[in-house]
Amino acid sequence: MRDPRWLKWVRIIGLGLLGLFTVLPIYVMITSSIKPLKDVQGDFHWIPTTITFSAFRDMWSTVPLAHYFVNSLIVSTIASVISVVVAIFAAYAVSRFKFAGRRVFSITVLSTQMFPGILFLLPLFLIYVNLGSAIGVDLYASRTGLIITYLTFSLPFSIWMLVGYFDSIPVALDEAAKVDGSGPVGALIRVVIPAATPGIIAVLIYAFMSAWGEVLFASVMTDESSRTLAVGLQGYATQNNVYWNQIMAASLVVSIPVVAGFLLLQRYLVQGLTAGAVK
Amino acid sequence: MVVSATSRPGGGRGSGDPGGPPPPSGAGRGRATARLSVRLRRVGLPYLLILPALVLELLVHLIPMVIGIGMSFIKLTQFYIRNWSAAPSAGWSNYHLAVDFNGPVGRALLHSFFVTITFTVVTVALSWFLGMAGAVLMQGEFRGRGFLRALFLVPYALPVYAGVITWSFLLQRESGLINHVLVDQLHLFSDKPFWLIGQNSFFSIIVVSLWRWWPFAFLVLMAGLQNIPQDLYEASAIDGAGWTRQLRKITLPMLRPVNQVLVLVLFLWTFNDFNTPYVLFGKTAPQEADLISIHIYQSSFVTWNFGTGSAMSVLLLLFLLLVTAVYLLITSRRRSDA
Repeated sequence: MRDPRWLKWVRIIGLGLLGLFTVLPIYVMITSSIKPLKDVQGDFHWIPTTITFSAFRDMWSTVPLAHYFVNSLIVSTIASVISVVVAIFAAYAVSRFKFAGRRVFSITVLSTQMFPGILFLLPLFLIYVNLGSAIGVDLYASRTGLIITYLTFSLPFSIWMLVGYFDSIPVALDEAAKVDGSGPVGALIRVVIPAATPGIIAVLIYAFMSAWGEVLFASVMTDESSRTLAVGLQGYATQNNVYWNQIMAASLVVSIPVVAGFLLLQRYLVQGLTAGAVK
Repeated sequence: MVVSATSRPGGGRGSGDPGGPPPPSGAGRGRATARLSVRLRRVGLPYLLILPALVLELLVHLIPMVIGIGMSFIKLTQFYIRNWSAAPSAGWSNYHLAVDFNGPVGRALLHSFFVTITFTVVTVALSWFLGMAGAVLMQGEFRGRGFLRALFLVPYALPVYAGVITWSFLLQRESGLINHVLVDQLHLFSDKPFWLIGQNSFFSIIVVSLWRWWPFAFLVLMAGLQNIPQDLYEASAIDGAGWTRQLRKITLPMLRPVNQVLVLVLFLWTFNDFNTPYVLFGKTAPQEADLISIHIYQSSFVTWNFGTGSAMSVLLLLFLLLVTAVYLLITSRRRSDA
């Protein structure tokens, strides 16, 4: 495609404006995290006049940030790994088998995507509270309850994307594995999973990100011991003071793992979407 | 080779379809009982594979949904939280309360509904437009392309609370960047406006949502653009088609199936979004930006009236089901016409 001359300017201006819009909060997050408290409470300045790293030191003691960090890490890791394994099996069944109820299953799973979280937050809250007192399993305000909840959040999208991905892998590959003596599960493990690795990685990133960033259920389903970063960061706004520099420093620190992981693996996400979801 | 001729394995060896004729296979000569157990395993296997997903979906989504519908018919206030089976029946009164638009509860819900609709339509339209513009302008090779692509995806990768809390800092009246630029540097206002309360909060929530959601549209549309065969462009270039003509005649029509899914998903996610307004405004949103999910949360958890909150949620779900059904009907009809 030969580009006209004017397109070059549209491209520079268009992408420039989008870049500015994108970068503005990120710039503020970074520069404010190295300002002293009094500089983030008064008038805004583009360039920090005094540079200090005290916010990065103090943020660990103002709220138990490390504790929240560990909670988030445990919950998101376990939830995303289990979710991907469950999604792989379900997607394999939908992609490779014709069974009664296949369509109903796919539609039901996908339609849960449109449920407002608030609709099942209240019942789930009550189920967890009552189940806890009835059978002695602490689901409410525990990391286990949060893990179970989160792993279902990414499940519909993961299954949907993996079905598309598995469909794009030639069935002849499975058949070849079966000729070599593998059963259907053997074919899944030895042929389909290796061929679908980009899609699986994409789904894993998605699942981890959605668990790491979830706020609604975290705000209702946790107490001090199981609190995750999503709720914990609100602790910097106390009645007397809002520690904006520490909020920015903490936001920066908790974002780095997911953003770095996402950017490193984003090409898999695009590949996964290209092969599966948008086909 | 015993590879079946059908493209889908469902018709072949791994068939779970009990009506299909048994395919010729190496195990076909085994004894009848062995064949039966193999057959049972084959039929049962797909169910075994979906079982974990099914159980989890039932536990977290479907059963709670049914219970939620049940809850909307009882008077579930703070007195009955620990022992909710004892809560008295409410009949349709929770629904009457929610849709009585002359009463304060119904009026507030209706207001919140219209705010949410406006917010969603504007956000989805702009997200799609920015995503499309970004994806199209990123076509072709130029310096810094990889860097820009990564940069554009950062807002989507950032955890909601980190990104949105930074916006709430930008939008602070006294110490925020927005007022610094608009008032101190550009002198557009004589007095510093509030952005997180009052009239302006509606614009704030749109800008922040847009910032979060357009990268998703960008990501999906970029993937969609990669699937358009390059020779279409080459052939049309030989026919003398210019850039705008190619955009209108090739890019947009080829992206239609992607757009159909993208717009629906964006609509549902934006409409149901709780995280953005919650982090931006806190537990109670300003009147002008009182989005429905925050509104229901507030009616349930702040006032501890779960019955009415459930009734509102059920109404919301019915509305979303209706919108989705109509949308799918219209888009699929248009597709079969084409």
